[in-house]
Amino acid sequence: MRGVFLFSAIFSILALATITVFLFVSGVPFIAKTGFAKFLFGSDWSPLADEPSYGIFPMIVATLYVTALSVLIGVGIGLLTAIALYKFCPKKLVTPIRHMINLLAGIPSVIFGLFGMTVIVPFVRDYVSPTGVGYGIFSASLVLAIMILPTIVSVSLDSLNSVPNTYYEGALALGATKEQATFKIMLPSAKSGIFAGVVLAIGRAIGETMAVIMVIGGSPEMPESMFQSVRTMTANIAMGALELDDNTRTALIATGVVLFVFTLILNISFSLLKKDSSEKKEKRGAKK
Amino acid sequence: MRKIYYALKYVCIAALVISLVALLAVVAYVLINGLDKLSFHLVFGEYDPNMPTLLPALVGTLQLIGVAAIIAIPIGVASAIFLVEYTNNKGKFVKIVQVAAETLAGIPSIVYGLFGYLIFVVAFGWGYSIIGGGITLAIMILPTIVRSTQESLLSVQGGLREGAYALGTSKVRTIFRIVLPSAAGGIVTAIILAIGRVVSESAVLILTIGMVVNKVPETLMSPGTSLALDIYYFASHGYPNEAAATAVVLLVFVILLNLLAGWIGNMIKKSTYGDAK
Repeated sequence: MRGVFLFSAIFSILALATITVFLFVSGVPFIAKTGFAKFLFGSDWSPLADEPSYGIFPMIVATLYVTALSVLIGVGIGLLTAIALYKFCPKKLVTPIRHMINLLAGIPSVIFGLFGMTVIVPFVRDYVSPTGVGYGIFSASLVLAIMILPTIVSVSLDSLNSVPNTYYEGALALGATKEQATFKIMLPSAKSGIFAGVVLAIGRAIGETMAVIMVIGGSPEMPESMFQSVRTMTANIAMGALELDDNTRTALIATGVVLFVFTLILNISFSLLKKDSSEKKEKRGAKK
Repeated sequence: MRKIYYALKYVCIAALVISLVALLAVVAYVLINGLDKLSFHLVFGEYDPNMPTLLPALVGTLQLIGVAAIIAIPIGVASAIFLVEYTNNKGKFVKIVQVAAETLAGIPSIVYGLFGYLIFVVAFGWGYSIIGGGITLAIMILPTIVRSTQESLLSVQGGLREGAYALGTSKVRTIFRIVLPSAAGGIVTAIILAIGRVVSESAVLILTIGMVVNKVPETLMSPGTSLALDIYYFASHGYPNEAAATAVVLLVFVILLNLLAGWIGNMIKKSTYGDAK
């Protein structure tokens, strides 16, 4: 029996190794053939042309823009929401709101995409966009910001809740107001947990596909405005899968390799942050 | 200075209202917009290009859940059992498995899709198939199941195990008769939430099951579609009404799964601990 359990435990490692090997073996030779710099920094993506050209720089730029903007909006609103739930909300409402937000975290991303396509894109087109185009980075960021809200709220609220209440009482005893104690004492103490939540949200925003392809437009062009049809790396893979035939799909796998490396870097920083925050927690415990 | 923080308090409350409004708007919009477009024919009827239906997607979704569950649940639970019951949960091996699981959890779903495409569609030569999509999804939900099962097992009191050993019970028997039943609530909840992820996922499936929306899959080797994939297909191929209606079906399905998870978790907790007292 022990062997069966052991094998199952090894399965995760095997799966990760297989994924990595398969992606790199099929993707890296393609990148090498195209030229490392040409693939990463080339700005022309036309795999179906007579002389095909594979440059994913516009997608990298679009991915970074969408991620940065959505995380900025999402973290801004989400963190403030968590603080409101933590101290400035009637106690009776906190549990139901938390349950609701957890439930909303389970909404499939394709539904956010549909909402973006039918509500946000027309709204942006008619009222916000100076160019008259609703698709693009702006709409995609709004949709993603709403999508990552539940994650940020629950992670931030958890890390605020894990700060010992004595900190708060101590601040009050020294004459701070409730608001001062919350913003100047509790919030900084929960910092590392909140950062970990931000990294998690960045990971979700970079990797999200369905919600993005329905609102980003899809032209493989260099983003020059927030209201212009562009493509992220994930959108490039999904749209390419629908457009290209089997021979040219290696280009998508190469895009996937770049995306994979991006998320690996994020994962590593996430675990480093988490380690840091748990060490701090232990120290806090020791002091008590 | 005090006034600034006092003002910030109201900014926070405003943010809370914005968050709730934004999230509820998504749910309310989907329900209100799609409910009147829902019909018996749309969900259960024969597929017709003029009147597309969800029947192929319903069958496909259930098959995907089946394949993913059959693979991911035993491996995930067994893996957690090994980590908790057979190691001291601290050694190097545990750490490596943990890091592997965390990395797996962080891989974007479209990358899983590429992997499934490379392995099942190309290397195995299966072409687009439900089973290929299901196995890919199984690997994707595995880290969640391992993680939650591990937590449930850790929360089982050590005294229960020692009591069983003291009565001469073997290790394997203790695990299956004492530890697993005590941890069942958490494990079942985790499994239902993982099924919710299978139902919600669509990016993986574009590259693995082929988005064939008009045919009920005959075997597990046939290409097919799922509810979530249908929403994308309908929305981007000029069937806005069908997309709206499908979104209602999917949303209700996912919310019910989530509520069920919470309810079963509570039930089992009550029945285990209720009797013990």
